[in-house]
Amino acid sequence: METRGGRRSTEGEGAPERGGAWARWRGRAWARWRGLLSRGQLAVGRSASVAGALAVLSAAWVFYQVFDAGLGESGNVPNFIIITLNALSLAGLFFLAASGLTLIFGLMRVVNMAHGSLYLLGGYIAWSLTSSLGVNWWVAVIVATLAAGVFGLAMEELFLRWNLGQDLRQALITIALSVILADQMLNVFGGTAQQVSPPDLLAGPVGLGIYDLSYPAFRLFVVGVALAVGIALWFWIQRTRFGMVVRAGIDDGAMTSALGVNVRAVFAVAFFVGSCLAGLGGAFGGTVLSLAPGQDQVFLVSSIVVVIIGGMGSLAGAAIGALLLAFVEQYSAVYLPSGFGPYSMVVTFVLVAAVLALKPTGLFGRPA
Amino acid sequence: MRAYTTARWIVLAVIGIMVTLLPELSPTYVSSSIALPTLTTGLCAISLTFLSTYGGLVSLAQTGLFGVAGLLAASLAVESHVDPALAGLIGIAAAATAGLLFGALASSSTGTYFLMITLALGEISYYLFSAVPAFGLHEGINAVFPPSWLGDPVRHPTAIYYFILLVAVGFHLLLRYLVRTPFGMALQGVRDDPERMTALGYNVRVHRTLAFALAAAIAGTAGVLAAWTNTRISADSISLGVTIGVLEAAVIGGMYSLEGAWIGAFTLTVLSIYGPAFTDRYATVLGILFLAIVLVSPGGLTGVLTSIDRRVRHALSNQQLPALADRGASEQPRG
Repeated sequence: METRGGRRSTEGEGAPERGGAWARWRGRAWARWRGLLSRGQLAVGRSASVAGALAVLSAAWVFYQVFDAGLGESGNVPNFIIITLNALSLAGLFFLAASGLTLIFGLMRVVNMAHGSLYLLGGYIAWSLTSSLGVNWWVAVIVATLAAGVFGLAMEELFLRWNLGQDLRQALITIALSVILADQMLNVFGGTAQQVSPPDLLAGPVGLGIYDLSYPAFRLFVVGVALAVGIALWFWIQRTRFGMVVRAGIDDGAMTSALGVNVRAVFAVAFFVGSCLAGLGGAFGGTVLSLAPGQDQVFLVSSIVVVIIGGMGSLAGAAIGALLLAFVEQYSAVYLPSGFGPYSMVVTFVLVAAVLALKPTGLFGRPA
Repeated sequence: MRAYTTARWIVLAVIGIMVTLLPELSPTYVSSSIALPTLTTGLCAISLTFLSTYGGLVSLAQTGLFGVAGLLAASLAVESHVDPALAGLIGIAAAATAGLLFGALASSSTGTYFLMITLALGEISYYLFSAVPAFGLHEGINAVFPPSWLGDPVRHPTAIYYFILLVAVGFHLLLRYLVRTPFGMALQGVRDDPERMTALGYNVRVHRTLAFALAAAIAGTAGVLAAWTNTRISADSISLGVTIGVLEAAVIGGMYSLEGAWIGAFTLTVLSIYGPAFTDRYATVLGILFLAIVLVSPGGLTGVLTSIDRRVRHALSNQQLPALADRGASEQPRG
C-alpha cells in the first residue's frame, strides 16, 4: 500500500486520494492507456522460439503420420512421396509466378496487382494457340511468354511510367487494369475451365523406381524449369553487367541515374522480364492445373503471400517462400488430424503471421 | 454569391430530406435494392476511407473482416439458434478481435506493403470460410433474418432502413469526432511522419493497430447488416472481386473525405443495378471509370464536386482564387 501510494503521488496531482475505488481504478486504467499509446509494446515476446517450436512440432507430427505404419507398400510412405512431389511442382509454379512480381517490386517499388492477369493471359494464349491453331506446345509457350511480356511492357509505358514514385497510385492503377483484363478475358475466352494439353514428349507418367510409383512427367518438368529459371535469373542479376545495374537501381535509383545509367530503360526491361515470367507461369499453370476466371486472383494472392514470406525483391526469398507455401498447403490438407482438413488455411495464416511477427520485411527482405 | 450559397444549402437539405423520408417517398424496391446495399457497402467503404485518409493505410482486408462478422453472426443465428442481435454483436466483437490481430501483424508497414499484407490476410480469411462446412461453403448460409423488431428486410424495409441509417450516421459522426481527439490527431501525425512521432514518444504501431481494429469493427457491423438485409451470406460475399468493389466505391467516391464513401457506394450500387442492362461488359466499364479516376482525379467524385464548388464560388465572387486546397491535385496518396 505504501509503495502504491508513493507511486501515485509521483504520477502527479490526481483526484485518487479523494475519489473512491472506481475513480482510482479509472485513473490507473487511463494512465495505462496513455502508457500503451506512448511506449507500450505489441511485439510478440519470444516469438522466434514459439515459431521454432511450432515448426518442429508440426514436422514431428507429419513424420509420425508418415512412418507410423512402417515403410512397407501398405504404409503411408508411397502416398507421402506423391504429396511431396505435388508440393514441389506447386512450389515451381508459385516460384515462376512470384519471381516476376518480386523482380518488378524490388527494382521499381511497383506492386503489379495485374500480375495474376498476365499469368492468366499467358495461359489463355498458350491454350488458344495449341487447341485452336494446332501450334506446337513449345512454340505456344514461347509466344505466350513473350506476349505477356509485351503486354506488361505496354502497361508500364502507358500507365505506370509517368506515375513513378507514387507507389499507392500505381498499385491502384494496376488493380483497375486487372479488373478490365479479367472481364475482357472472360469475354474472349469464356467462363469454362480450359486446360492446355502437354507436349507428347512429356504427356505420360514416368516410373519413379520405388514402390512401383509413377508420376506425371510434366509435373517433374515444371520443377526443372522453375529451377532453371531461378538459376538463370540469379546469374542474370548477380553475374552480368545488366544485373549489376539492376542491383544498383534497387539500392539507390537516384544515384544510379546520376552515374549516367538510363534507369528508365532498365525499369522497362525489368518490367518486361517480370511480365514474361508471369506469362510463362500461366502457360505451365494452364498445363498442370486449369485456366478459368478467378485463377488470376488465385495466383496473384499466392504470389503475394510468397513474397510476403520470402521478402520483397529477393529472388532467394521467392524460392524459399514458394517452397514453404506449397509444402504447408499440401501437407496441411492431408496431415491435419481428421476433421480439421477444412481448416488448413489456418496453418497458412500461422505461417504468414509467424514470418510477419519475426521479420516484418519477410525472411530475406530488407527494410524499404 | 449569396444566392449560390442558399442554393447549395437547399440542395443539401433536399438530399437530407430525401434520405430521411426515403421509405415514404419511394417504392419498396428502391429502399431494399438501392438504399440498403448503399448503406452497407458505404459502411464497409468508410472503414477503408477512414484508414486511408487519417491513417495513410489502404487496407484490402476490410471485406475479410466484414465476412468474419457476417458469417459468424449468420452461423450462430441460423445453426445455433442464438438471438440474431446477440449473434450480430458477437460477430462484430470477433471482427474487432481479428482486426486487432491483423492490425498488429501489418502495423509495421505502410503504403503498398500494407496493401499486400492486408490483401493476403483478407484472402486467407476468404479461403478459410470457403473451405469450412460450418459456414456453408460456397452455398453460404441462407434464411438469415434480422431481429424480429426490425421486420422483414425484403418486403417491409422501412424499419431496418432507419436502423441502418442511424448506425451509419452514428459511425460517420463517431469517426468525425474521433479524428479531432488526441488519438485522432496522433494518428494523423503517424500518417504524415512516423519517425518524428516515434521520436516524440508515440507508439506508431499501437496507433495503427487500434485504428485498424476500430475500422474492423465498422466493417464487421457492415457485414452483419449486409447478412441481415440480404437474408443470406456466403464466402463469395467476401471474394477478391467484392474486395475490389469496395475499393472501387471508396476510390470513385473519393479517398480524401469520409463523405466520399457514401457517394461512391451509392454510385456503385446504382451502376451495378442499371449498368448490366446497357452493356454485357459492365465490369470493364467500371474498371475504366476506376482507372480514369485514379489517373485524373485522385479526389474522386467528392474531389470533382469540391473543385466545381470552389470554381463557381470564385466566379461569383470575382475574387482571387485562394491557394489550392484541393489535396487531390497537389498531393498523391501517401505511399
